[in-house]
Amino acid sequence: MAAEQKFTPQTWPESPEQATLEGKNKFLGFWFFLGGETVLFASLFATYLALKDSVPSDTHAKAADLFELPLVFLMTMLLLTSSLTSVFAMYHMKNYSFKKMQQWLFITVVLGLGFLACEIYEFYHYYHAFEHKFTSSAFGSAFYTLVGFHGGHVVFGLSWIIALMIRNAKRGLNLYNAPKFYLASLYWHFIDVVWVFIFTVVYLMGMVG
Amino acid sequence: MKKKLANWRLFTFMGLMALLLSGCGEPFLSTLTPAGEAGQTAYDLMMLSTWIMVGVVIVVSILFAVAVLKFRRKKGDTTIPKQVEGSHVLEIVWTIIPIILLIILAIPTVLATFDLADTKAMDKKNEDGTTDAMVVNVRANLYWWEFEYPNQKIITSQDLVVPTDQKVYFNVKASDVKHSFWIPAAGGKIDTNVENVNQIWLEFDNEKAAEADNLFYGKCAELCGPSHALMDFKVHALPKSEFDQWVTAMQAIDAKAAEAAPEDPAAAEGQEIFNQKCLSCHAVTTADARPEAARTAPNLAGFADRERIAGVLEHNEEELKNWLADPGQYKPGNKMTGTYGELSDQELDQLAAYLMSLKVE
Amino acid sequence: MSTIAHAQKRGFTGTIWEYLTTVDHKKIAILYLLAGGFFFIVGGIEAMMIRIQLAVPNNDFVSAGLFNEIITMHGTTMIFLAAMPLLFAFMNAVMPLQIGARDVAFPFVNALGFWLFFFGGVFLNLSWFLGGAPDAGWTSYASLSLASEGHGIDFYALGLQISGFGTLMGGINFLVTIINMRAPGMTYMRMPLFTWTTFVASALILFAFPPLTVGLFMLIFDRMFGSGFFDVAMGGNTIIWEHFFWIFGHPEVYILVLPAFGIFSEIFPTFARKRLFGYSSMVFATVLIGFLGFMVWAHHMFTTGLGPVANAIFAVATMAIAVPTGIKIFNWILTIWGGSIKFTVPMLYAVAFIPSFVMGGVTGVMQAAAPADYQFHDSYFIVAHFHYVIVGGIVLGLLGGAHFYWPLMFGTMLSEKLGKITFVLFLVGFHLTFFIQHFLGLMGMPRRVWTFLEGQGLATGNLISSIGAAFMALGIIVLLVNIVITQKKNIQVGRDPWEDGRTLEWAIPSPVPFYNFKQLPLVRGLDPFWIEKMEGKTDMTPAEPVGDIHMPNNSFVPFVISLGLFVAAFGAMYHADEGKDWAIPVLIIGMLITFGAMLYRSVKDDHGYHIHKEDLLDEAEGGTR
Repeated sequence: MAAEQKFTPQTWPESPEQATLEGKNKFLGFWFFLGGETVLFASLFATYLALKDSVPSDTHAKAADLFELPLVFLMTMLLLTSSLTSVFAMYHMKNYSFKKMQQWLFITVVLGLGFLACEIYEFYHYYHAFEHKFTSSAFGSAFYTLVGFHGGHVVFGLSWIIALMIRNAKRGLNLYNAPKFYLASLYWHFIDVVWVFIFTVVYLMGMVG
Repeated sequence: MKKKLANWRLFTFMGLMALLLSGCGEPFLSTLTPAGEAGQTAYDLMMLSTWIMVGVVIVVSILFAVAVLKFRRKKGDTTIPKQVEGSHVLEIVWTIIPIILLIILAIPTVLATFDLADTKAMDKKNEDGTTDAMVVNVRANLYWWEFEYPNQKIITSQDLVVPTDQKVYFNVKASDVKHSFWIPAAGGKIDTNVENVNQIWLEFDNEKAAEADNLFYGKCAELCGPSHALMDFKVHALPKSEFDQWVTAMQAIDAKAAEAAPEDPAAAEGQEIFNQKCLSCHAVTTADARPEAARTAPNLAGFADRERIAGVLEHNEEELKNWLADPGQYKPGNKMTGTYGELSDQELDQLAAYLMSLKVE
Repeated sequence: MSTIAHAQKRGFTGTIWEYLTTVDHKKIAILYLLAGGFFFIVGGIEAMMIRIQLAVPNNDFVSAGLFNEIITMHGTTMIFLAAMPLLFAFMNAVMPLQIGARDVAFPFVNALGFWLFFFGGVFLNLSWFLGGAPDAGWTSYASLSLASEGHGIDFYALGLQISGFGTLMGGINFLVTIINMRAPGMTYMRMPLFTWTTFVASALILFAFPPLTVGLFMLIFDRMFGSGFFDVAMGGNTIIWEHFFWIFGHPEVYILVLPAFGIFSEIFPTFARKRLFGYSSMVFATVLIGFLGFMVWAHHMFTTGLGPVANAIFAVATMAIAVPTGIKIFNWILTIWGGSIKFTVPMLYAVAFIPSFVMGGVTGVMQAAAPADYQFHDSYFIVAHFHYVIVGGIVLGLLGGAHFYWPLMFGTMLSEKLGKITFVLFLVGFHLTFFIQHFLGLMGMPRRVWTFLEGQGLATGNLISSIGAAFMALGIIVLLVNIVITQKKNIQVGRDPWEDGRTLEWAIPSPVPFYNFKQLPLVRGLDPFWIEKMEGKTDMTPAEPVGDIHMPNNSFVPFVISLGLFVAAFGAMYHADEGKDWAIPVLIIGMLITFGAMLYRSVKDDHGYHIHKEDLLDEAEGGTR
């Protein structure tokens, strides 16, 4: 079974990401990887909750002083929407319509970049308006580490999707790269789910006090 | 094979014999000679668990030895043994019996855990902030111990003095890195953390204390740096009346008493040197009013009556001079080295004379 | 050119290059064995220095600071760089063959896992030559590890981080391999116990290593990038490290000991000629131990001051683990009961393991009683306990496994005579060293002490302990001699050299072809090879006709990805030092190498190659075996 065999929408299998043994292995392995990532983020959340508002003196900003709903809400919307657009992309991947998949992935990337821009602005704002730094307090360290790890995942996810789009722009879909697209999208959903928790635990709970 | 098995059994046996020769360790140090209630509670649990476990080991060993000896393959034997799948009855038996044994162990464990953590008496404050309970605040430092008696308003170091036949409550914490406060003969240890105060109680029976010459050894049980092994302290467990005498005598070492020049001229010279070079860190009065952070070295009031120099050296002028000349040689990584410049031989003599004059009258 | 001949016959540099780029699980197993064996010897030398220093009171064989470096490196090396990779060696060598797979699920990731571990280990050990090793104990508790001067702790945090990534990947690879790559008929409840324990240990790795990763990141950030997770002055809290370390650290014990249990579960039935007693309850116990392993971490922190409620809960939870462990012990005994026991070297290790490990197990239950543990904790009793578990369980398993699987990995048989000498020396030395340490602890000797004073009743016990250590060292030296002699003679022993092999790995020709199975075997029950043998057959029934076999290409990329992190770690470590402006560029270059190599891997298509059916048939006719 040649990996670069050409398909038509009719011959394209039902679950292209799992049509080959390699694909099946990747699919399962990636789920395990996400399981490990879940524990990683759980540890970071635990750290954040333990060190929340733990600052050396009262002059340092606390969670209730920092967070503002509008910006965070915008970020949440951007990321949630991008998750939806990546679902559309995978829908088209399964229908063997490569162009539409690329288009939806492009929208996903744009939304992701928008999220990233907001996050960079957010950090910049905390840093300059509140002197809330990575090195100023345990709270700062825990906040930037948790949210920053998520941001790092966003950067990695975007780079991954972009690399796949460019790499396969001219070759179209086959059973070798279909699992790759699928996993990148799975990763993107994971990032989105983590953000929902960050939004709740860090921002909403932070604003309540 | 039999011979080899016998071989290692023999070595284990020899090891056991060696142990018997050395007994249960020294009464001032060993957990096997508990000095009071806290130590006894731990010891009882240790013994209960040990006997249960010895029982388990014996049962397993017998089954195992029989199996190994009985079912050896004879030379040239090619028979295939019956392939047994398993036995539900046996599986249930060796699941249920351990569970029962563990329940027998778990119940006293839980009770003792709560009993040893009961420090409510410390929280009952009188109007003036003192407590009826005997309380000592322990502060662990690289590599020395400070003992503060908040009710008696005494600060001392290295040698802990406690009354016998009553519960002594401890607030413990560390001022630099994590240490652990352990008086093996008196009971279990508790970590001295850097971020919070831990509480524990211990008790010293009068009779047991007498068996150990009223002196127990204390140890740091958490790796804290190069001289972790040398971070010893001593515990004088005295009958209540003697303890009260000691408190009165210590309280008498106030500023006035400390400033008075010693009669011995060498010691008086030594006091001058001490005041110039040492006093900024080491206090010589028991009522040191400085905040904790400023108390960066052991309090030396009553130094002459202590058991060991720096916790580990013989308590005499010769060792004291050696220590003062180069503390780093005896306690690597200590914070005293290099803080007071070189001392001449004469200065060492004078300082030693002064320090050895710091008595609890 | 024949695709089979292509994969054989090369010169010395060719062999080196082959191993640098290999993705074959059998060769990766040999790499793990070599690297793990090397670090085992390094850790052993450190152990000997510890025992020499403690042989007599007030000794000054090594200085206090150096002693702390030695104990830290001894523990860290033995756990992360010796025991784990040696177990990974056997997992790689044996597990795919046991389940009838041609390879692991991710050959590339398998190689990457090895090289990450290797570079992490090398980085950690370079600390000896670059200003001093870590000195805060293998647990590296935060207040001390932040206070520690020099770069020792940085080497620890960065080195473990790199090798930890490798371990995590190895774990995922094994999980997927076992789920997806089993031969026809190899159901879960027909998998050999070693495969089962590999499976559970891999699952533990997956969930236990991320907390360590987070803890190490925080340590790295605190020490090198100015954060305040553990800095109390900045509002930090050092207890967080203790929790993360032990949430990882306790499952780690099971990650190590379960595969060792697995090895013994293979050795017992083989040399007793009797199937494993209570197979299904053994599987159940393995899974239960793995599960409970995550519920008990705080029993390492009974004296931290978590309060009586937490202490009581964790005490009872810890005791519960004794039940499944007991099930295993009794099942092993019942396996040999009624069997026909042949005392080969592997069997000797297995037989010696039972009483040794039971000793370690029961002291573990004793420590579960929290108030008693207030006395045991951080004393030599603990040192004795965990060495009984690790040496009495894991190291005996590794030594037994090495003798048992040597023919499978190298096609030769280690000398039984020398093997027995090693066994006696090592076992006698082991009990002599560690049994007495229980009593030293009870007599009031704290652990990790550089020296002890006279007049405390501790001298005799320590001397006995040091003598025992010398016996163990002698045993290992004999083993090394044995290995050299065996490989020098290089007498190939052929298939099923123990004659009583029961599982699939013994059904394969020796040396194992690089594609493992020409035809995937049909598995008809537990101990599939034994079933065929009992029916008078000499080979497995094939489950498929001879066909093309798909093989992955070798790749140098795993080496490069790992090298990049190795380089970056130096940058991260030195950037805070004054006058080292080169550090940040080095950090960036290292990361670029790593991510560049990952991108290269992602972008370049690599479909592997096929061994053609005709070549396989030709080879069979050639009768090379």
